[in-house]
Amino acid sequence: MASAAQNPPSKGLIGGLMERFRNDPVQIVLYLCGGIVFAVMLLAIVSNLLSGQVTLEDIVQSMIFGLAQGSIYALIALGYTLVYGVLLMINFAHGEVFMAGAYIAFFAIYAMEQSGFLAQQPLLALLITIGVGMIASISIAVLLERIAYRPLRNAPRLVPLITAIGASIVIRELFIRLFGARPRTYPEVSLFAFPQFFRLECSVVDGVETCLGIDLIRGAYDITLLGMELRVRPVYFIVFILALILMAMLWFVVQRTKVGRAMRAVAEDKKTAALMGVNVDRVIVITFVLGAALAGAAAVLFALYNQRVMPEMGFTPGIKAFTAAVLGGIGNVPGAMAGGLLLGIIESVAPSMLGLPTQLEGVISFGVLVLILIFRPTGIFGEVLAKKRA
Amino acid sequence: MTMLQIEDLHTYYGKIHAIKGVSLQVSEGQIVTLIGGNGAGKTTTLNTICGITPAQQGKIIFDGVDISKLPPHEVVMRGIVQSPEGRKIFTRLTVRENLEMGAFTRRDTPRIPVDLEYVFERFPRLKERAKQLGGTLSGGEQQMLAMGRALMARPRLLLLDEPSMGLAPLMVQEIFSVIDYLNKNNHTTILLVEQNASMALAIADQAYVLQSGYITHSGTGAALQQDPTVIAAYLGG
Repeated sequence: MASAAQNPPSKGLIGGLMERFRNDPVQIVLYLCGGIVFAVMLLAIVSNLLSGQVTLEDIVQSMIFGLAQGSIYALIALGYTLVYGVLLMINFAHGEVFMAGAYIAFFAIYAMEQSGFLAQQPLLALLITIGVGMIASISIAVLLERIAYRPLRNAPRLVPLITAIGASIVIRELFIRLFGARPRTYPEVSLFAFPQFFRLECSVVDGVETCLGIDLIRGAYDITLLGMELRVRPVYFIVFILALILMAMLWFVVQRTKVGRAMRAVAEDKKTAALMGVNVDRVIVITFVLGAALAGAAAVLFALYNQRVMPEMGFTPGIKAFTAAVLGGIGNVPGAMAGGLLLGIIESVAPSMLGLPTQLEGVISFGVLVLILIFRPTGIFGEVLAKKRA
Repeated sequence: MTMLQIEDLHTYYGKIHAIKGVSLQVSEGQIVTLIGGNGAGKTTTLNTICGITPAQQGKIIFDGVDISKLPPHEVVMRGIVQSPEGRKIFTRLTVRENLEMGAFTRRDTPRIPVDLEYVFERFPRLKERAKQLGGTLSGGEQQMLAMGRALMARPRLLLLDEPSMGLAPLMVQEIFSVIDYLNKNNHTTILLVEQNASMALAIADQAYVLQSGYITHSGTGAALQQDPTVIAAYLGG
């Protein structure tokens, strides 16, 4: 942050780089490595595209999937960034908060399936499931804050960090002991919509044709768009749109409400916020609640298209969402949103573009993290933040 | 009528005994000043009243109730607001949001915009910059904002910590005139901590001199202005 403030923008990119190199010659090596990685990647993409090993269809298709996956990362990343903003602490148990939402909501949706309610009222049942997931995540997060973090409020910063890692293991193991380690499968849900526009799943009864429309959750449709033949699952768009709505709601709360103003005040200066009459402990709990609510909703959406839930499911999305938060600039709300979407798209598009097996998506996301930390240690939105703070 | 009564207050910073048995009184409607050198314990006294650094021993009676064990936000709810040393405005909130933070605990919502309008009228610079982030203001403007924020709070008792610190003389005049306005028009009782002892004593009804955690002198502002030891130590006599 300080370096951003020291470098006036008038110096330009080259001037700024030269100064960085002069201050720290190790940077030259880092930049060289980064440059080589970028060059190799570019070369691989171009050669793959030219040789026809990768088609535009593949890329667009994985991009659509990446959009959904990225929405999930963004929603989880917001939880990391909100808590970091207020407490300057990485809540490493946030992945387990996410898991708890998906796992507990499983029992709700399973019960509704058994009773037949899911088939009768799929929309209502899904909304209830999301609600249950949010409440489960919120409960875990509030307990976590109260039991594990609040007693350490004035401890050195490393202490709550280690506690967070410990809490993450405790929650995961607790779920394994309580519910077993084996995966559970979310029931199949069909949610038909827009019969006016999509004349699908039609049946003729007494000479009258009635259509159900597209299946927003389970459906997968072959469409031709701009000459590309794509197989599209509407659920990915649903996840993306719901994530956008949730993020807009969060933005509104943080920027336009009294509670949000108090949150930003506490994030900047707890003591002065308290002198204005803000109950700092309460604001911190609210921050955890907001982050957990987003994680819980994300968890149910994730489970709807991934279907399998298990106590260990929180780790990978959690750590990737943390990457996304760092990518966007930790502590920065728009940064977490952008970082999540970007990471989701990169990790789903890059393997096919580079001609790598999709199992390497982890290597790619963390490779991106390393590159970002070399070239922009403050994250994508880091400098904007620095300017605002100056 | 006594509004705030402090009896035999002791506060520690870790192992440092910062306040060693301070007793003082603030009556409703008064301006009371607490003067003293660096490290005398002035800021600690204010922070102890506010619940930021709780007292180890002693009583803080406000409106007849002991508030010494209350957390800071509950002290504010009872009508005590502190405008802290070094302005401490929120740099990442807009000027307007900073002022709204001042009114955080107020329940008379319809009156808040009236006070906001008054603050903007009094400090036109703040109105011009209402949408700018607090961190973009100059030092003087930040002090205006801190005073504006205190105005927005409409406390019964306002604790001001070094409001004139680091300001140009003209600006100091302006700040003191706002303090006077708050006291006369808004009927705010004020406990003022100042290093600018001569201006503080001139405006104060009651004054206390704090030295190394003890009260060494007390009396009316006018009386202390005449006191030879006070003159020698604090008025550059």
